[in-house]
Order: sequence, then C-alpha cells, then structure tokens
Amino acid sequence: MSGLGDMFAGWPPPVLEPGGPFAGPVTVLAWALFAMAGIVLAIVLGVTAAALFGPRRWRARLAHERLILIGGFAFPVVVLSALLLWGLTLTRDLSAEPRPGEVRIRVTGEMWWWRVAYLDPAGREAVQDANEIHIPIGRPVTLELEAADVIHSLWIPRLSGKVDMIPGRRNLMRVQAEKPGVYPAQCAEFCGGPHALMGLVVVAHAPDAFEAVRVRLARPAEAPEGPGADGFLAAGCGACHTVRGSPANGLAGPDLTHVGSRRTLGAGILPNHQGTLAAWIADSQAIKPGNRMPAYPVLSGAEVRAIAAWLEALK
Amino acid sequence: MPEGIDAAVGLDARPASLRKGIVAMTLAAAALGVLGACADKSGLPRELAGADPAEGRRLIEHAACAACHEIPGVAWPQGRVGAPLAGFGKRPLIAGRLPNQPAVLVRWLMDAPSLAPDTGMPPQPLTPEEARHVAAYLYTLR
Repeated sequence: MSGLGDMFAGWPPPVLEPGGPFAGPVTVLAWALFAMAGIVLAIVLGVTAAALFGPRRWRARLAHERLILIGGFAFPVVVLSALLLWGLTLTRDLSAEPRPGEVRIRVTGEMWWWRVAYLDPAGREAVQDANEIHIPIGRPVTLELEAADVIHSLWIPRLSGKVDMIPGRRNLMRVQAEKPGVYPAQCAEFCGGPHALMGLVVVAHAPDAFEAVRVRLARPAEAPEGPGADGFLAAGCGACHTVRGSPANGLAGPDLTHVGSRRTLGAGILPNHQGTLAAWIADSQAIKPGNRMPAYPVLSGAEVRAIAAWLEALK
Repeated sequence: MPEGIDAAVGLDARPASLRKGIVAMTLAAAALGVLGACADKSGLPRELAGADPAEGRRLIEHAACAACHEIPGVAWPQGRVGAPLAGFGKRPLIAGRLPNQPAVLVRWLMDAPSLAPDTGMPPQPLTPEEARHVAAYLYTLR
C-alpha cells in the first residue's frame, strides 16, 4: 500500500471519543446534557399523556396554576442554573492562560484557511506554517486564536470544545493529546462561501519527534531549481504565497515553504500529492468554489505538472 | 492494433472458395470487418484478473482523482481539469490518444507523462496493484 488509506484515517472525527484531558470534561458535559434533556423530555411527555388520557382527578390537578409555577418556572431555573454552574466549573481550565515554558501556537482564521505560527518564549512568531498544527503529546499546548476577517471557530472534537475566533480579540484554547496521531478539525462558525471546506489537521508527536518537526519547519525550503521553481515564480504565485528561501514572499495566502510535507491540501480537504496539487493549481475553484485563489487557464499541462512536482518536493 | 490483427486472422480463415472476381469486395468487407471488430471489442468488458472495482473506487476517493475528474460514484469534488470519466469503459482512447487497453491504462494511471509528455496529469501515488484496482473500477463506468 502507498499509505493513501492512512491519509484520512479517523475521518469523520469521532466527536464523543476524547483524545486528551481537555476534551474529557466537554464529553462529560455533553452526555450530562443529553441525559438531562432525555429525562425532561420523558417527564413532559408523561405529563402530557396524563393530561390527555388520565383519570379526571389527575387532569384536575394538572390544570392547576401551581404546576406551571413549579414545573414550568422553578424547576427549569434551579436545574439550568445548577447545570450552568457545574458546566462552567468543569470547563474552567479549557481556556486558562499558558504557563511558562509551554508550547504556544497562534492560529488565525482566514477566509477559508488557517494561518499557523509557532511562538517563541517571548510570544513572537518564530515559525510560519498553515493548515496543519503540530503538537507534542502528553503536555498542554495553548492555541492563541485570532481572526483576520470574519468570525471563525476552531473545533478539534477529540481535543477540546469549540472556541470562536473573533476579529480584534485573542481567545485561548488549551489542548493536549495523549497519543500520537492525526486529529481532524473543522471551522465551526459559518464564515461565508466555502466554510464547510475549511478544515485542518492537528498532528500529535512524541516529544523528540515534535522537536524535529519544529526544527524542520523553521528551516527555509530546500527547493531544487528547475522548471517547477521557474514556473511558480513566472506565474506570479509569489505575490500571494511565501516560500522561504525563494523570492516568493506573498502574505495573502498560506505559507508554502514546507507544503509538500503536509498531510492535506486546500485546508484539510484533499490528500496532498502532486496529483491534487496540480488539480488545485489548475482549477481550485472547481474543488473549493469561492476560495480566493483563481484558476490558472494560462498554464500548460506540463507547466502545471512541473509546479506541482516542485511543491511536492518542498518537504 | 490487436483488433485489426484478430479481424484479419478471422477473414483469412474464411472458406477458400471465394472467387478472384470478388477480391475487391472481400477487401471492402475486410475493412468493414476491421471496424466492426473494433466496435465489438470496445463494447466488451475489459477484465483485469484479480482486480477489485470496489477497492479501486476506495482508492479513487483516497487519492482524490475527482479533484480533476468528474467520476460517477464520487460525489465530491467534481474537478474540471481532466476529462469527465462517465462512460470511460466504452471509450476507445485514453486521453484521446492511446488505445484504451488495461495494460496501457494501468501505466497511464501510474505515470501518464511517460506516455504523453505534454499531459497535465501527473504521476499518481499508486502501486501497480492499486492502479489495477482503479482501472477495474474505471472499466465499470459504461
């Protein structure tokens, strides 16, 4: 096997199977709310049946105003307040401030992809990447969530709850994965056009493997010269995309310095190889209608292939 | 073309009682026979021994062939860069230039530029076995 089968292993994400301590409370809360809603539904249905078909004596009692005051007002106020307090207590650590020495990653929602920056201890952006978040296993990682244009929401079902990304604000999300693996994620706040096609993957590594990834991502591209590099620059791709180590230094689109090493293409929606890269370059609008990258009907087949092969080599 | 050879062999095997006077007619019939034989063969299912169309369809989804090709059975994406593949099993030519035969198709799927240097279709990350499964699915599209 070429490993294609593993590319989207775990998709769709199992939302009720926590992969770390920050997803656990969310899952507990979800089940508690399901259970509570089920009990309330059963009571309401029972009372309704009694009111419709019960003996005369029951119906007379149910017709009393006191039932409305107790069942329709006092009960919901007490139960919902208790649930709210319990839920807030349960989830209070989910967006706590990072502690010194913890890994911090800034994730910025853009229409319709994710800008990812690994921060140094002083909080400066040390490494730029896109559409894939690498984390070490076994310790908390703080994601600083921002938005560049409209409201987005980051949801990594197996690692935490949803947290909105709001322009002008910085929200925090703490995640921790217990096992190495790929954790799919999705934009969970409608952000226009191809919102449904705005995904990403979180990749959890053993600590030393994570360090290796971080070092690799910090390096400039080891880009072979040739028709692919020439075609990329001649087509003007560098106006929107950065490939560190080449003249391409655009900032509007995803950083492509290590695009060939990513698991997905188009923000979590396609497997990433030169076949899909060529498809994306030639006509991304057919794949993700409305995304900000135009189709390129000016490139020949051989030119598209050369650029795709070059991008695939940017590991 | 193998079809042409088969057809010629078939004609040669006809009874030897044909008269010289109708040789021209025979040649005309042979020409028609060749065409007819081609048409018949292109209508035949192309079997790939041991290849599994269902596995091919799964591989097509995982490799996202549909990023370029509209493929019956794949809901999304529906790319426009390459030819739509509906009815591929009945098409005589691959990419309008190569005979649509299993061995050619398998090689095309794995490394199209080796057969057509100007194609836009890049080499695909498929093993020969996987390419055979994919070819088997494509031949179910009729």
